[in-house]
Amino acid sequence: MNGEELTEQETALYDRQIRVWGADAQRRLSKSHILVYGMKGTIAEFCKNIVLAGVGSLTLVDDRDVSEEALSANFLIPPDESVCRGKTLAELCCDSLREFNPMVRVSVEKGDLASLGAEFFDKFDVVVISCCSLATKKLINEKCRKLSKRVSFYTVDCRDCCGEIFVDLQKYNYAKKKTDGTTESELQYPSFQEAISVPWKSLRPKVSKLYFAMRVIERFEEAEKRKPREISIEDLPAVLKLKKELCEEQSLNESHIPDTLLERLVMGAKEFPPVCAIIGGTLGQVNSSSVYFLVFFFNVRQPSLIYVEH
Amino acid sequence: MDTIEVSNLNRQFLFRQSHVGQSKAKVARDAVLRFRPHISITPYHANVKDSNFNVDFFKQFNVILNGLDNLDARRHVNRLCLAAEVPLVESGTTGFLGQVTTYPVCTITSTPSKFVHCVVWAKDLLFAKLFGDKNQDNDLNVRSNDAARSSKNVDDVFEWGENEDIEQYGRRIYDHVFGYNIEQALSNEETWKNRNKPRPIYCRDVLPDIMTQRNGNNVDKTDDLSSASAMASLGLKNPQDIWCLMENTKVFIEALKLFFTNRRKEIGNLSFDKDDLLAVEFVTAAANIRAASFNIPLQSLFEAKGIAGNIVHAVATTNAIVAGLIVIEAIKVLKKDTESYRMTYCLEHPSKKMLLMPVEPFEPNKSCCVCSETPLSLEINTHRSKLRDFVEKIVKAKLGMNSPLIMHATALLYEVGDDLEEDEIANYNANLEKVLSELPSPVTGGTMLTVEDLQQEFTCNIHIKHREEFDEEKEPDGMVLSGWTQALPEKKDAKTSNGNGASTSKSLPTKPGNTEIDIEVKEISDGTVSPGTKRKLSEFSDGSPVDHSSDVDETRNNKKIQNHDDEDELVML
Repeated sequence: MNGEELTEQETALYDRQIRVWGADAQRRLSKSHILVYGMKGTIAEFCKNIVLAGVGSLTLVDDRDVSEEALSANFLIPPDESVCRGKTLAELCCDSLREFNPMVRVSVEKGDLASLGAEFFDKFDVVVISCCSLATKKLINEKCRKLSKRVSFYTVDCRDCCGEIFVDLQKYNYAKKKTDGTTESELQYPSFQEAISVPWKSLRPKVSKLYFAMRVIERFEEAEKRKPREISIEDLPAVLKLKKELCEEQSLNESHIPDTLLERLVMGAKEFPPVCAIIGGTLGQVNSSSVYFLVFFFNVRQPSLIYVEH
Repeated sequence: MDTIEVSNLNRQFLFRQSHVGQSKAKVARDAVLRFRPHISITPYHANVKDSNFNVDFFKQFNVILNGLDNLDARRHVNRLCLAAEVPLVESGTTGFLGQVTTYPVCTITSTPSKFVHCVVWAKDLLFAKLFGDKNQDNDLNVRSNDAARSSKNVDDVFEWGENEDIEQYGRRIYDHVFGYNIEQALSNEETWKNRNKPRPIYCRDVLPDIMTQRNGNNVDKTDDLSSASAMASLGLKNPQDIWCLMENTKVFIEALKLFFTNRRKEIGNLSFDKDDLLAVEFVTAAANIRAASFNIPLQSLFEAKGIAGNIVHAVATTNAIVAGLIVIEAIKVLKKDTESYRMTYCLEHPSKKMLLMPVEPFEPNKSCCVCSETPLSLEINTHRSKLRDFVEKIVKAKLGMNSPLIMHATALLYEVGDDLEEDEIANYNANLEKVLSELPSPVTGGTMLTVEDLQQEFTCNIHIKHREEFDEEKEPDGMVLSGWTQALPEKKDAKTSNGNGASTSKSLPTKPGNTEIDIEVKEISDGTVSPGTKRKLSEFSDGSPVDHSSDVDETRNNKKIQNHDDEDELVML
């Protein structure tokens, strides 16, 4: 890319964002390497944002073929069958993303992410995964944590008009502004496993019902050995039964996880484009906060953002 | 009517490098059709204030989504939507709030205290004087308490002598504005009683040696970059560097040289353009030298350009979030779900937490002259202020009218239109130059004027009150309008803004079926949220029951977990 200074071309292109986060941050961004898995609508939005911003490199992993569902919310896929034939989702997205910013190296990695060793993940600064099972999330998170280098780990999932982001920045140093100057602070983020193992009782009463609902769905898909989102309305009775069991186990009142919400999540496979834009955008901004779980629920009444704080 | 610029490409992702210079409307249309071929999109490469975009035009649509970058256009569209009875979804991002500032004349000409004052001086006074229209009034030589400014002697100073060496000319100008003018200002003791005195700066003290020509040629045509840019010519590479006084002086002289040597034809017609590198260099240098004189910290070209060009900072992520929110609100509008309209504030802290704060729409503002009948009143010196001043400063700037009509009882004092006769136009032009009390239909204290914009379908009555004196600093326009609520609040501090963004004239019309939703992105300081942003959701209810809990706790340091969820209202979008 370049030596230490931003080139004239970069300064001209990134002028408006340098005015937001400064030239130093822009330089750091131009040296960072991002790995992304699961090319759905929200991830497509996230990729678009970071490529436009001038990240160093972006690697995409998704060997799936184009589907009707992919076309509904992923604007990186051209609606032209002749172009799509024979190419995986990652390859098609890669072609589109390269056009957004020729200064960013966008590439594709083929294969099963779960089977890749820790040395593979060492090449990256940030790993973002979507459409993964509970087991895969745990696995990749652990691989990132085992490395001596700090690799930030994010998961993002959208179902219907709900979304969830998990953040693991491991050991994170930041400057806290106070009235009499700034102090250095350090945060230790929990792993994905640790985060979801927090007893539900100690989380409520202020945690969103959506958080619990997502955990129920997650457990159901794991128990039934389903692929992520391989769930339909027929499964609802079993899901409700599982909810009852989990609530008992966690001593949580069942009313905290409305059946209607679960029904909605079970039925809602498709992503909703404006929600993808919002969550994809937020994902691009969640890089230094002390929250580790963010849950979004857009309904007719209001959009809401819930924190599960550290 | 905008065309694509390089600096757009970091977030306006429908555009590519190869599109720079082309029409945004047209390129955007083509880009969208590529991934959704079956939508009907019609681009108009035009100004939204054009008369053909009238009420009938707006009536064609079910919903309007605004992405405008200036208050004037927004107000214009707002009024047309009201008239057409079409819902409007408004949005804006940070930087918009900072636009509406004018500074008192004497702060710019005599007593600057901030760098921005120096930039305004350099751009609107010095640059305009040297390179702009010579016939324009210019306050460059105005000193406080001294009204004389257009004496022949003074004007001669800025003229380039017939055989004058260009560097000599530059040094002469430099000495006049940074040396002589400052000495003159210092001679007025009163001004500096409670202020730090500026120091005069003379070129010979900063730059004793004449700058040699680069490459030994008179006109350097071999090196394009050096002939177009003072920085390049001087070897100053980084626009983020803060130049010292000597470097700023060199840039000042060199930029002036380059303008007169290579761009002679443009001089006399030039207006400042933030994308004109040489202009930016000159203004930066001039602003910095003035700042040095007044003991104000110097800034880089990058900073100065941002101020001089009113540059709005922007990133792709925030725009994506706001765009998503706009679509969600638009869908609610189209479903005619009036109960669920929301105003959403998207707050971003320096600690980078994100919070989407949903707020109920505001009630129509009774003191807003769009949705109520309250007349305005204007204090003005009817013997001194001309009709032109009234039209420019009140009717166009404050009321946001585009094609106004001004009437006193049945007498038409002024109007704008495509179908006017020559003698009518002459008559109106003559009226503009008259003071109010000497108009054909005299306007004095107690008069009621009616001001109208037919295209916007907006009428206003203004009650005139005569007043003799106005405070030059606090009331620089020489007129005070009351009863008119600003569209946006004053920003006291760039970092702390309150949530009253749309509380006033951006109100809901009382006509049924119309609702306006504001979505704004603001920055607030870290630590506790300022009181203005706290929103009890029930606060703005128009009487109908509020279904969701109002336990919105925005304290940043609060470690507790928050819940904004509404479990009773699970309805499919």
